[in-house]
Amino acid sequence: MAAMAVALRGLGGRFRWRTQAVVGGVRGAARAAQLGRKVAVVDYVEPSPQGTRWGLGGTCVNVGCIPKKLMHQAALLGGLIQDAPNYGWEVAQPVPHDWRKMAEAVQNHVKSLNWGHRVQLQDRKVKYFNIKASFVDEHTVCGVAKGGKEILLSADHIIIATGGRPRYPTHIEGALEYGITSDDIFWLKESPGKTWHPTDVALECAGFLTGIGLDTTIMMRSIPLRGFDQQMSSMVIEHMASHGTRFLRGCAPSRVRRLPVGQLQVTWEDRTTGKEDTGTFDTVLWAIGRVPDTRSLNLEKAGVDTSPDTQKILVDSREATSVPHIYAVGDVVEGRPELTPTAIMAGRLLVQRLFGGSSDLMDYDNVPTTVFTPLEYGCVGLSEEEAVARHGQEHVEVYHAHYKPLEFTVAGRDASQCYVKMVCLREPPQLVLGLHFLGPNAGEVTQGFALGIKCGASYAQVMRTVGIHPTCSEEVVKLRISKRSGLDPTVTGC
Amino acid sequence: MERSPPQSPGPGKAGDAPNRRSGHVRGARVLSPPGRRARLSSPGPSRSSEAREELRSRLLGLIERSRVVIFSKSYCPHSTRVKELFSSLGVECNVLELDQVDDGARVQEVLSEITNQKTVPNIFVNKVHVGGCDQTFQAYQSGLLQKLLQEDSAYDYDLIIIGGGSGGLSCAKEAAILGKKVMVLDFVVPSPQGTSWGLGGTCVNVGCIPKKLMHQAALLGQALCDSRKFGWEYNQQVRHNWETMTKAIQNHISSLNWGYRLSLREKAVAYVNSYGEFVEHHKIKATNKKGQETYYTAAQFVIATGERPRYLGIQGDKEYCITSDDLFSLPYCPGKTLVVGASYVALECAGFLAGFGLDVTVMVRSILLRGFDQEMAEKVGSYMEQHGVKFLRKFIPVMVQQLEKGSPGKLKVLAKSTEGTETIEGVYNTVLLAIGRDSCTRKIGLEKIGVKINEKSGKIPVNDVEQTNVPYVYAVGDILEDKPELTPVAIQSGKLLARRLFGASLEKCDYINVPTTVFTPLEYGCCGLSEEKAIEVYKKENLEIYHTLFWPLEWTVAGRENNTCYAKIICNKFDRDRVIGFHILGPNAGEVTQGFAAAMKCGLTKQLLDDTIGIHPTCGEVFTTLEITKSSGLDITQKGCG
Repeated sequence: MAAMAVALRGLGGRFRWRTQAVVGGVRGAARAAQLGRKVAVVDYVEPSPQGTRWGLGGTCVNVGCIPKKLMHQAALLGGLIQDAPNYGWEVAQPVPHDWRKMAEAVQNHVKSLNWGHRVQLQDRKVKYFNIKASFVDEHTVCGVAKGGKEILLSADHIIIATGGRPRYPTHIEGALEYGITSDDIFWLKESPGKTWHPTDVALECAGFLTGIGLDTTIMMRSIPLRGFDQQMSSMVIEHMASHGTRFLRGCAPSRVRRLPVGQLQVTWEDRTTGKEDTGTFDTVLWAIGRVPDTRSLNLEKAGVDTSPDTQKILVDSREATSVPHIYAVGDVVEGRPELTPTAIMAGRLLVQRLFGGSSDLMDYDNVPTTVFTPLEYGCVGLSEEEAVARHGQEHVEVYHAHYKPLEFTVAGRDASQCYVKMVCLREPPQLVLGLHFLGPNAGEVTQGFALGIKCGASYAQVMRTVGIHPTCSEEVVKLRISKRSGLDPTVTGC
Repeated sequence: MERSPPQSPGPGKAGDAPNRRSGHVRGARVLSPPGRRARLSSPGPSRSSEAREELRSRLLGLIERSRVVIFSKSYCPHSTRVKELFSSLGVECNVLELDQVDDGARVQEVLSEITNQKTVPNIFVNKVHVGGCDQTFQAYQSGLLQKLLQEDSAYDYDLIIIGGGSGGLSCAKEAAILGKKVMVLDFVVPSPQGTSWGLGGTCVNVGCIPKKLMHQAALLGQALCDSRKFGWEYNQQVRHNWETMTKAIQNHISSLNWGYRLSLREKAVAYVNSYGEFVEHHKIKATNKKGQETYYTAAQFVIATGERPRYLGIQGDKEYCITSDDLFSLPYCPGKTLVVGASYVALECAGFLAGFGLDVTVMVRSILLRGFDQEMAEKVGSYMEQHGVKFLRKFIPVMVQQLEKGSPGKLKVLAKSTEGTETIEGVYNTVLLAIGRDSCTRKIGLEKIGVKINEKSGKIPVNDVEQTNVPYVYAVGDILEDKPELTPVAIQSGKLLARRLFGASLEKCDYINVPTTVFTPLEYGCCGLSEEKAIEVYKKENLEIYHTLFWPLEWTVAGRENNTCYAKIICNKFDRDRVIGFHILGPNAGEVTQGFAAAMKCGLTKQLLDDTIGIHPTCGEVFTTLEITKSSGLDITQKGCG
């Protein structure tokens, strides 16, 4: 979110306010205010190149997790509609989807969340400024309000939580003019139609677009879901490919042009053959990574150091930047997982350290997460590659299973990619290092096991847990086949 | 036969006996109880080394051929104890009273050469020298004696399992993997309505599997409603077709039945579709559909006969009512239905029937979901009530009458109040009884071999290794007294039992913190203690209960109600706020609960919950941000969103 939270003390500017505190993000701000501090949040959304803008709450609420999961849900419902006749529901197929109706419903929900955040700040007496702010010195930020009025805010503590924005491949002709990003897709009033995603990371959008019946093509330069377990990632792709998403691998786009009829013509180069190819699409969605929103902050005036490569802010384990009373949390920070709950917790813990007398540090290990691709992928802890890199092949045991969700049977769905694996140390008691789950409701399944891993669960302890029947998550506590054994990991019977 | 028991207790291992065996031992076989005077050595040359060698051979022969040999003296109290032990185990012994045979003293000398033990009693089991009285009892207590006894090949099978459900099959397969000769007897006595099914027991045929699938069908109905809000367009009123669904579900079940048969065959487990009944120790009678009887013997038995639905015992119940045994394969839509009972079976069935758009009434005698957290149970009930299920509380049926035949027909139900004299009448197409289940333990000849059951409940009491009072008879699954009636529990305990009996394992089934989920329209998942039980065990002042209402993200756009889903944990303040009870009411409660159950096995605390990062946006993440305690009395309703 383009939010900078400051707690203010009076300075010479036209706006005077005094306080001892500051915080990052809406929730952190609210928390600091609860702890009796005078807090201000400064938030401003720079419109996307396509002109999309939104309200308070940051990426997650407006152009991230929330609208994404809702559109993912819309796509899942499309799958359920197809299942329904097998379960006796007399629905005439195919059922068409109306983008406008969905988008409006999703956007209305997001707007109600924006409103909720503002009310929450108000309730907690957090001052909210909708201005674009930058540093004047290490205790002062400055911004210009809508009417052109300059506002100076000063604070004892300043927390930078400005997040990141999608990256554009500006070197590609037409990319900026004709392409959209995740900043725009959730706010489109009309269906994006036939879409084309040059992407390394965001499979989720392509997943739900395919799911609501659009012709969707993904172009990948190299491997998908970098940083995630590669076996799981390739299964995610396999599943999407078998459900209608097209993949162009090893290709790099070179230009985008608008055709007279209004469609977009994309030209790309196939890296293996060296040949050029073109395709016509309604929408081009760039999802090639995100850049931190630090450039306009005048960080150098405050003396805050950033990474020269990524422009992300460098912090220590207490989230303090190179300037001790300036902190940074969330996606804007170098080396942190770019996840909402991580940012929320980091903000909360920081505030408790600053004003609540706590000394608890944020633990960035074993952060669970879920990718809401059509077949969801939940994970916590180490990938298989990472476990092997850290402990050596000889010391790692991987238990795995291909399972079939009960609901898939009657629906006649293919479960080839429903798969779970647990990465453990080989030596008894076989400490669990990582859990990877591909299947329906992966997020719900993974959350509890993340707790288990946090508790230092061993393979033996997980196996002693009685399953809940019939669920998908019980497959985790029934993992018996190790990869090393070479036995068939397909679950049979019940 | 080569044998090398690792724990062979005595130095006088008899494993090399076969090579030395030469002569017969005449007149030595004395059946328990002992008493007949016998003569071991043959008359003739004596005190020669040759005679001594001959006696040695004869003794070894006796040991070789007997399952149990006790060298005893009739007046010795230790010998008597040992004989009584074997008799209580129902094991036949060869007893040689050394004070009653002519050459008892010489026998004792030779025995001392063989075993390095001079005293009586001196016991051999399946050719292994166990030792004296103390060692025998030690071996009994450690389970070694039972293992030695199993080595017997005098029986048709090493293990016979009565009941081919979740527990029985898992035990059978595991025992077979461990190289044992195993038989499974499974026979489904048709329900009073004539319903019967294949191999696999309750879960697969008339329990979890069809239940969850029908629940899923009902959820799909809800999803269809939601989907309009998410932009899917169809105008027609969507109707549900019972026959289509039931046929699809039954097809799936048939494939599972077939899969079980196949997997038993693959593992060389003998499967017999007959009704098993004990006739004497170690022996059962198997009666098939045609009434043909066959007898089988085994060294050990596992009872896994499970339970069947209970009837009310009122006029018309068996003639006209159905139970969960019949519902899932009912060839016609049940129509307007009265569900009698408030068990999880009752509420789950009522829930999905209402989900198909049927008119459903639940008649409840007293409380909902007995044994579960009552706050949660009431919330489960009130959600159902808001979604069209009618509840008639504090009534019990007294008579069911048929008004019209048909598929479905028309039934008149007369019910009376449990509190007063009020009676009510109602007309339904179907009456489904779900008032509880009875153990199938009263008609399998348990009395013939003295296996004790709880006369009132019919349940079988077992020790912590699933052993009944008759040592070679074990029990697993729903028929166990005071154990959870759940498929995964039965599977786990059956598997571990086989591993203990035939493998080197000592691992016992852990019945603590077993998680479960009730698949009512709003699912309820839990693990550990209910609030009531926690207060009873730990006292209210020692507990901290955290709770919150929540609104699943998917429900917002769908326009479903806020402040309905609920999460609660119960912590023990004096054990670092350890989580002793976990409760969630919401979508996918089963999927959510499983991982937390694993965490509870590892000593989950409130602090760890607070330190764990949520997965956003899910329902499960609500447990990582619980802040409001019940004792604070603070409001937990969600006003806005987020």
